[in-house]
Amino acid sequence: MPAIEVDGLKKKYGELQAVDGISFSVGEGEVFSLLGPNGAGKTTTIEILEGLRDRDEGTTQVLGMDPWKSGYELHKKIGVIPQGFKFLDYPTPREAIVYYGALFGRKVDPDELLRRVILDDAENIWFQNLSGGQKQKLGMALSLVNDPEVVFLDEPTTGLDPQARRAVWEVVRRLKGEGRTVMLTTHYLEEAEELADRVAIMNHGRIVAIGTTAEIESKFGTGQRMVVKGGQGLFAYLQENTKLDVRRDGETVTIVLRDKEDALVALGSIEESGAEWGDLTVKRDSLEDVFLKLVGEGGTAKGGE
Amino acid sequence: MTADLKVYGRSNLRSKEGFFFTLVFPIILILLFGAIFSSGGISQTKVYVQNLDVGPIGSSFVSALNSTSNYCSSNSTSGLCLRPVPSDQNFTQFLTSNSASDGVVIPANFSAAYQAGDKVNVTVYGNPTSTTSAVVSGIVAVIVNGFNVHGATGVHSVGITSKTAVSSSYKYIDFLVPGLIGFAALTSPMFALVNISSTYRRDKVFKLLSLTPLTKTEWLLAKIIWYIGTTVVSFFLMTLVGVYAFGAHITLNWGIGMFLVLGPFFFVSLGMLVGTVSNSPEAASVVGNLVTFPMMFLSGTFFPVASMPKYLQTVAHVLPLYYMIEGLNDVMIYKNFGPAYFDAGLLLIISAVVFALAVKFFRWRED
Repeated sequence: MPAIEVDGLKKKYGELQAVDGISFSVGEGEVFSLLGPNGAGKTTTIEILEGLRDRDEGTTQVLGMDPWKSGYELHKKIGVIPQGFKFLDYPTPREAIVYYGALFGRKVDPDELLRRVILDDAENIWFQNLSGGQKQKLGMALSLVNDPEVVFLDEPTTGLDPQARRAVWEVVRRLKGEGRTVMLTTHYLEEAEELADRVAIMNHGRIVAIGTTAEIESKFGTGQRMVVKGGQGLFAYLQENTKLDVRRDGETVTIVLRDKEDALVALGSIEESGAEWGDLTVKRDSLEDVFLKLVGEGGTAKGGE
Repeated sequence: MTADLKVYGRSNLRSKEGFFFTLVFPIILILLFGAIFSSGGISQTKVYVQNLDVGPIGSSFVSALNSTSNYCSSNSTSGLCLRPVPSDQNFTQFLTSNSASDGVVIPANFSAAYQAGDKVNVTVYGNPTSTTSAVVSGIVAVIVNGFNVHGATGVHSVGITSKTAVSSSYKYIDFLVPGLIGFAALTSPMFALVNISSTYRRDKVFKLLSLTPLTKTEWLLAKIIWYIGTTVVSFFLMTLVGVYAFGAHITLNWGIGMFLVLGPFFFVSLGMLVGTVSNSPEAASVVGNLVTFPMMFLSGTFFPVASMPKYLQTVAHVLPLYYMIEGLNDVMIYKNFGPAYFDAGLLLIISAVVFALAVKFFRWRED
């Protein structure tokens, strides 16, 4: 049984169709990432799965339960960090962990949890004085007090410096190592590539691509291309003398490489053309290229800093 | 719930604002108001004298008393000031209606008995706990001794009967202490709850809490228990200041406890309700102030409701804080438990309704 199952999920806020009929499932122990620009519907989706919001249409199952109806039961088995995690100003991380654990009726070992989220250096600092990264790590620690089977992380690294992000990533990898299912939303492509087993790209409430990053790249990307600097002469020669798919954009000539043969033919023909050429590179569509293609340049999405 | 109580309480003490408004602010108020209203003419002791004697000795006794009260002038701020009481008045009622405790009554047969050398007593009314009463009885004793020396028979025939006035004298401070306790029970929970109900929502702390088995009712109860605690502490602090710094007359009894529990219960619930129905923290604080300030000034916190114009008194009677302060006045000063139980019952009903509404309207999660 998959840990999370979503089928035909819809949610509307007034006139805005925030989530427009999405379906996916997340296997046990998998790290699954919802990737998309701001306003794509990621947070709405994850909050419906956490049981924090009701849905309009469709079915959702988390650990076999309806999150809205069985929230009380479900919450004992899942861990959540809301987007922009904040806590009371005055408890220290240690106190916060003991408190949050007590709410679940669990006696937790704060030291062990603090070590697990790499926060043992700040255990006695009031929450309001913690850095952004430390706050986020405390959020992770809180989401773990009840030893959850599924952990939901809503944009866990937004606004963090690169070092703090890497620390959060490290914690997510540990969660996966412990066999927990992790569902993560992000608008950082790099983060999805680093952490997720599978990715769903969302835009305007719909899933526009889903699969492993390699699958998405090969399905929606253009594959490998040879890019070389050269003029009209080179372009014309290649078009006339080869069966290669050649394009020109100013001084840049791009040759689509469908197989290894294409690469050899291209190199040979460039030499034979006698035209001026230089700066030869071989490129491949990254997830970012695919993402921009699917979401549009207008999307707020950008790779990490 | 215990865990929530612990964390909230600790946070509250660590936050400078919380600490200030909960414990320090009320003390400042009592010192301020106490100082303002306790000085001036109030410290001049008025001694009410009723001469029931028709003979000459009674009059000379009054003159003797009068000679000791040479401070009784308009520009003096201390000392004795004699106030004659007509002989047809009921003396104790007269004292009560003038909120006084010190007085001297010379009996009807004073001249006759004194001249005959018979034993006769002058009655001194006073409040045993009051220093002014001690001064008055001291002065009367001196005069009585003088009369006994002058007496023709040389026998000590004049004595003193001490009586405690039926009602102790009420000073402004007596009324101020219950008012300020009501004030403390109003302000810190109201402001705190209005604030957290909206900021917790903004910061998604409620979401985080909704992900735990803690229920809304438990959460709110933890807040109520905390503020009952702080109200009790500030009650004791204010009572100490009131009694030792300004000589307030306060009797401790369990009736006070009812109001120390009901007050925070009501205001925590009300604060939560106000914060919940407002959309943003800014709106919440505006609505909170709209509710809090009129209630603060019109419920008899700083000024007796009885001294207000009629229409404001009518307003005061619909404010729940009025019943708390009224009830506290009844139990702390007048020891008048009947009306206090009525006030407490009324407060309990209103509180229960507001609590239920607050729990109903306040949402952990959204739909």
